[in-house]
Amino acid sequence: MKRREFLAALAGSLALPAIAQETGLDPAAVKLANGAPLKKGKVTLTLPQLADNGNSVPIRIVVESPMTEADHVKSIHLFSERNPVSNMANFYLGPRAGKAEIDSRVRLAGSQKVTAVAVLSDGTYWYDAAPIVVTLSACLDES
Amino acid sequence: MAARIQVPASTKRGEVVEIRLLIQHPMETGYRRDDVGHLIKRNVITLLSCRYDGVEVFRADLSSGIAANPYLQFYTVAGKSGELELYWIDDEGKQGSERQAIKVT
Amino acid sequence: MRRAAAAVATAVLALLALPAAAQQRAIPLSELMSGSAFLGADLRSLQNDDFANPGMLWIERGAKLWSEPAGTKKQSCASCHEDAKTSMRGVAAGYPRIDAESGRLVNLEGRINLCRTRRMGAEPFKYESEELLAITAYVARQSRGVPLNVFIDGAAKSHFDAGEKAYRLRRGQMNLSCAHCHEANWGKRLLSETISQGHPNGYPAYRMEWQTMGSLERRLRACLSGVRAEMLPYGSPEYLDLELYLAWRAQGLLIETPGVRR
Repeated sequence: MKRREFLAALAGSLALPAIAQETGLDPAAVKLANGAPLKKGKVTLTLPQLADNGNSVPIRIVVESPMTEADHVKSIHLFSERNPVSNMANFYLGPRAGKAEIDSRVRLAGSQKVTAVAVLSDGTYWYDAAPIVVTLSACLDES
Repeated sequence: MAARIQVPASTKRGEVVEIRLLIQHPMETGYRRDDVGHLIKRNVITLLSCRYDGVEVFRADLSSGIAANPYLQFYTVAGKSGELELYWIDDEGKQGSERQAIKVT
Repeated sequence: MRRAAAAVATAVLALLALPAAAQQRAIPLSELMSGSAFLGADLRSLQNDDFANPGMLWIERGAKLWSEPAGTKKQSCASCHEDAKTSMRGVAAGYPRIDAESGRLVNLEGRINLCRTRRMGAEPFKYESEELLAITAYVARQSRGVPLNVFIDGAAKSHFDAGEKAYRLRRGQMNLSCAHCHEANWGKRLLSETISQGHPNGYPAYRMEWQTMGSLERRLRACLSGVRAEMLPYGSPEYLDLELYLAWRAQGLLIETPGVRR
């Protein structure tokens, strides 16, 4: 009885949140959606395949959207699976943005998958993820 | 805080305008150590906001995950000729701002 | 008349070129490659982006400082040199050079400080200070696209020889000289990076590892640290001699300040 309980408890604690486990999604992205379905599409995350230097990696996030009052991107959220801070940035747009596109330069602590989640005005969540190889890591390879 | 904004010299009403911003800021992560091994305190720009004639058209929460001397490029729809005001604040409470006139024909 | 003038011009040019030709070059002029050739595509395009290149933040500051009066004489750089775009064009390409007044070898940072102390009655800027980086980068930027061309004859000869010796001197715990990496093994991999030829034409540069702008001397000190050798203080004569040798070694490479480097 005790051994069975112990094994069941152990199995429970090791199980990842169901959605993340099934689809390999970034758990922080799943948490943002808070139970709502997180669909792949509409978002295009562009990163180089190999980073010159983890301290400054160019990133572009584009979301397909007419950006009208009725149908627009409310916010875009960027997640890292290996950085010490997983929620890298949040961008808040709206119909006055005209285009849902953000370019920036980020720090990446090692080779990993980066995820961008867009929240639309109709309350739906869309994402894209991109892998990148980083040989000189930010935060970790400091001199 | 030194910063640069780039906005097209003039634009037509209704056009989507590209705004580029580069701010001089170390975006100190809080994970680096100094010469004697002490952690250097975190100091990053946490909030950035863009107002077009006083109305916020873009906002960003930033973290140590954004590179030093942060670069951002985003868009806004050209309405009337007016002023873009970019404003940001860091962990130490230091505020920075840059103004750029936007000319709409 | 024209042919004679052309002949004289050719002779003069040949004479000017003579000091360089007389020395042996480990990397021939035709094979020189700037540090930017060893960058990945992304960092190279960042360097070429006149807006987003982070070094431009320092250059904008330098432009402001250029016109700011300072010191007891309340002069600014502009008071004597007016518009830097014209007066400073090509200047950085000739440094380090011998300062006529003192007979000493000076680099661009040293020249700026000499102007401040001698002409402006102002305090010299410290190495790696925001101000010195800004003005040095601003002045060097006016020579962007100009080929490096330093004099190594006359009073500069002894400095050049000392610089070459310093370049080939084994140092530090790793017992390596500059030549071991940048002459004998450039183009080969060192951990995840490709060793460059070690040229100074992009400095002051925004280096990713520093996440800020830095001078050539800061980069030399980083190399010394890398071979576990003692870092000499900023402004040491040995650095200056080395800077002259490096500039000669990179003769003809175009100035790229503000460079972006790893």
